Parts: sequence; structure tokens; C-alpha cells
Amino acid sequence: MLDSHVQSDRIAEILEAHIGLEGPLLPILHAIQAEFGHVPESAIPQIAAALTISKAEVHGVISFYHDFRERPAGRHVLKLCRAEACQAAFGNSVAERAKQKLGIDWHETTPDGAVTLEPVFCLGLCACGPAAMVDGRLVGMLTPKSVEKLIDEVEK
Amino acid sequence: MRVWLPLDSFALAMGGEEVARAILAEAKARGVEVTLTRNGSRGMAWLEPLAEVEVNGVRHGFGPMTLADVPGLFGDLAAHPKALGPVEELGWMKGQTRLTFARVGVIDPLSLAEYRAHGGLEGLDKARTMTKAQIVAEVTDSGLRGRGGAGFPTGIKWKTVSEAKADRKYIVCNADEGDSATFADRMLMEGDPFTLIEGMAIAGLACGATKGFVYIRSEYPVAIRVMRAAVDIARAEGVLGKAFDMEIRVGAGAYVCGEETSLLNSLEGKRGIVRAKPPLPALEGFMGKPTVVNNVISLASVPVILAKGAAFYKDFGLGRSRGTIPLQIAGNVKYGGLYETAFGLTLGEIVDRIAGGCFTDRPVKAVQVGGPLGAYFPRALFDTPFGYEEFAAKDGLIGHAGLTLFDDSADMLAMARFAMEFCAIESCGKCTPCRIGSTRGVETLDRLARGDADAIPILTDLCNTMKLGSLCALGGFTPYPVMSALTHFPDDFARAKEAAE
Repeated sequence: MLDSHVQSDRIAEILEAHIGLEGPLLPILHAIQAEFGHVPESAIPQIAAALTISKAEVHGVISFYHDFRERPAGRHVLKLCRAEACQAAFGNSVAERAKQKLGIDWHETTPDGAVTLEPVFCLGLCACGPAAMVDGRLVGMLTPKSVEKLIDEVEK
Repeated sequence: MRVWLPLDSFALAMGGEEVARAILAEAKARGVEVTLTRNGSRGMAWLEPLAEVEVNGVRHGFGPMTLADVPGLFGDLAAHPKALGPVEELGWMKGQTRLTFARVGVIDPLSLAEYRAHGGLEGLDKARTMTKAQIVAEVTDSGLRGRGGAGFPTGIKWKTVSEAKADRKYIVCNADEGDSATFADRMLMEGDPFTLIEGMAIAGLACGATKGFVYIRSEYPVAIRVMRAAVDIARAEGVLGKAFDMEIRVGAGAYVCGEETSLLNSLEGKRGIVRAKPPLPALEGFMGKPTVVNNVISLASVPVILAKGAAFYKDFGLGRSRGTIPLQIAGNVKYGGLYETAFGLTLGEIVDRIAGGCFTDRPVKAVQVGGPLGAYFPRALFDTPFGYEEFAAKDGLIGHAGLTLFDDSADMLAMARFAMEFCAIESCGKCTPCRIGSTRGVETLDRLARGDADAIPILTDLCNTMKLGSLCALGGFTPYPVMSALTHFPDDFARAKEAAE
């Protein structure tokens, strides 16, 4: 865990770097999440003060978007596409196998903190689905078998 | 030795990065000098990663490449097991009319020199010699309509912004391509980013705007990286600057932000809640200033229109659908990918002739056209020509021109349920028909799945309310997939009833 002073200093730097943008809040939240893996609750009053908006508004924005996390994710994040084109290519069977193998449902993290499983609605890989993103890496044409292999690789 | 291996997400998802590294390693081991260009994708997803090697000035294709196929690129190419012959001669390539995608897959996406050598910046150069009104007239005359799905005439939108009086105006590119089965925006940004930059710069000239934003969804990391690099290059080379400059912004996983007013709120740093119209964004958009909000493909089609003239572009197409459209063929498909062609092919030609049907070799049961908010078309409607009005006349839409093929194992009741579920997950919550209707829709479809046919009139009524009462297309168009599934595939709904009995 980061020292809270170090954390608030770093957030102050991020705020300073983005404050001149038109509509700076999303870039700020992305930068904070890139730094800490989530948007710490303690960042909310700091952001609100810097942008002269209410804490409720900052919280409202964070909670509106699927991307922003209020708690850290597992060490690896597996995003499986649930959208129509991947369903047409039998993505549901891939998702079922992944859930079974990890022993978790959507939005959950394995008890050892290794993998968080998330749905994603389209990675733009619709002609080579079912598709996934593992820690930012794209994978296409998954099968129930290959998703097991993928999970084994990630867990290693 | 010149070799191309795409940096496009299709190629990367199929192991392209490893193949690229292996090509360089193999070259080094053999002491062969190789110039490896990371190009965009040609759009033939089933051949990715597609390597190209120059032979006597002609680019020959090899794909889909695996690591085992790499050494063969340094031997007898004609005998290579993945040899496809000259890429430009492949049927998929020859059948197309590539105007917007002319350079995608061909050039190095981040070489401004190659961009220029392939006709890039001709449109912007021409626009610089024209008045604002002349540029707007050229775009209007081309017949270009919003490629994001709404199909609103681009020139008319530009005219409104151009004639509005304000101290600041903005050009916003909607690159929040969230519809399943669509990837044209992604491929364009990854494969030919300067075309989008040029299109936005022309829009800036036409409307008197000096600032632009590209709002790219966070699910597109490659497009974000390439666009950011391209903007830096364009700025360094003077394409962007004082007269017009732009920023790349990243979304945060909200589908509804593909709706233009929701996108503007998001860009301003707010929740991506839909705004009621009027006022139109053209008059009160980003920060309350006149704003053009256009889709990637709309803006990327502008340079060729300026370079070759409105008449050239307008000559393609049918009815009120002018020019070309990049079809994106996806799902359970044998030959999927991007196919740019003039409007007017029938759905059947696209599905059977171009896409080759399903990869499962089973009959095509349904095609969803236009993404998650588009209707499911049965084979009986395969004679529908691909055009805005033509699809509307069949209670469908072309949207962003994505097509998802399903084979006969698809359960259309389940797909109708998914449409409502997706709407419930992604609703911004501003209007009641969408916020509450989507959840009630899921429940009503679950009733149907339990065999309760009394739920059918309730579902129909609910869809009607959502269609007429929602603020934006999310709630307003979710009834398209639901009602088309019910109308065209009644057996899937009746089966549940029979099972219950």
C-alpha cells in the first residue's frame, strides 16, 4: 500500500498535468487508474477541489463508466466479449468454460487474487471471434479448450 | 527484401506480433536484410496474420501465418504452403471499390511520406483554395450521409455549424464504435490515421473550427496508440497546427457514449447521459459551442470527395444512398472482414457470395444488420438492397454497416432477450422507456421463454413505447432486434410454448 502522502502528491501531479484540458475529468481518472490500478476513494475530494465540482459529481462520473474501478482488480484481467458477433461464433460456450475453470462469475476475482473476469461488449474483432483481451493483449477465435490454455498461461 | 505484416488488431489477435518478431529473427539468423512494414489490415480477417512479400514489385500474400510458416518466406515463395498469389488479384480485393479504405493495408500507417505518395493531402490542399461555402457545397453535393448509423446528410450538418456565429467551434469525431459486428472505424484508425486527420482538418476549414477531438473507445488500444502517434507526426509536419489542431480522447467503456450528445457530455467530463434535442449539437454542442459530431468513416470519406470531386463520389450507390459503404461481415462467417463497395448489393449477395455463409457450413438462419440495435433478417428478406431507405422499408436499418451471421443453431428468443439485457446494462438512465422498459423487457421475454404466450402483446406494446418514447437510439432501436426476432422467427417463440405444454 502506498503511503497516503505519496499517493496524494502523485494525484496532485496528475491534476496539475491535466487541469488545462477542456473537459479534463476523464483523462484525469484514466491517469489515476493507470497509476494506482483503481481510483482510490481518497482521490475524490482532491479531484473535486481541483475542478471546483462536488464530490458527488466526481463519484457520479466514476460510477457511471464501466472502466473505472473503485477497488483494485486481480493481478490479471480477462475480458471476454459477450456481444452478438462473438455469441454467433459460440462465445457463450467459451465464457461458460472460463467461469467453470476459474470458479467465478462475471465481475469476480479468483480467491488468490490472480484473475478478474469481466464481460466486454465488443473489441472490434467480430470477424475472428470469440474474442478476448488479457491484460491489454488481444486474442481471437477462442474455443472452450483454448480459453482454458489461456487461463493456465495467465495464472502461471 | 520487403515484407509487410499488419499491426491491425485482427492480426494481433491471431498472433501477428509473434509472427512479426519471428520474421525479424529469421532474417537476422539468415543474414538477410529485411524491411518490415507494419501495415493496416487488408480486411480479410480469415487470412490474418497476412504477410506480404514483394516479388518483382508485386506484393504477394501469405496467410494465415503461423510461426511454422515463417522460415518458408525466405525460401521458394511459390512453393510456400500459405501462398495466395498477388494480394490485389484476390477475389475479395478485386470485387471492391476502395475509396475510403484505398490506403488501408497498403501503406505504412505512420508514414506521412507514403500517405502523400498515395494521394493523401490532395483533398486538404484543394480545400485550402476554396471558401467555406464551397467546401460545404462539395460535401453536400457528394450525397455523403452520416456513416455512424443515423444517415443524416453530412453537408447539411456542416452548413449549420459553418453559418453559426460563435467565438469557438469544434469538430468532434465519434470513434466510440461500440456496435458488435463493426470494426471499420478501428481498421481505418489503425491502418490509415492520416485520412481521418485530413478529413477533420477539412471539416475545420469548412466550419471555421480550430479544434478537434477524436473520442475513441477504450476497448481499442491499438487504434488509440496509432492515432496518438499520427497526431504527433501531423503536428510536427505542419498538417496540424495553429489553423486546426486536435486531441485524442479515450472513452471509459460506456456503450451509450456512441450517441452524440452523450459523447459530448463524456468529453466534457460528465456522466455520459443523453441530452434532449433541441438544441442540436451543431448549434450548442461541446461546451455549448457549435460542434460537428461525425463518425470516423464520414470524416475519412471527405478527403477523397474533395480530391476527386462530389460527382465522382456521388456516381456510386443507389437511390439516396450515395458513394461507398465499408461492409463489416462478422459472426459465424466463413469469409469475414471489411468489404468496401457501392451501396446496392443485396443482402443475399453479401451473405452468400461474398461472405460464403457460415464457418460451421450450416444454413444461415439470420443476419443482424446494423449492430445490437439492428434488426434480424431472415433469408426471405435477402433480396433487400443495401441502402438506408431500402432497409428502413423492411423495418430494419443499416446502421454502421455491420452484419452478423448466425447459423440455424441460433435461438432467436435468446437473442431478443440479450438485446433487452444489453439495453438494461448500457442504458444511461435519463429516459424512462429505456431505463425501465429494458428491464421489463428481459422479464417479459423470460415469461415467453417459460411458454407464456400472453406475454407477446405486452412485449409488442412495450417495444412500441420504447420506440416512440425514448430519447435516443439505445432505447428507441432496441425494439428492432426484439421485434424482428419475434416477427421473422415465430417458431423459436412457439417452441417455448410447446415445451411448456
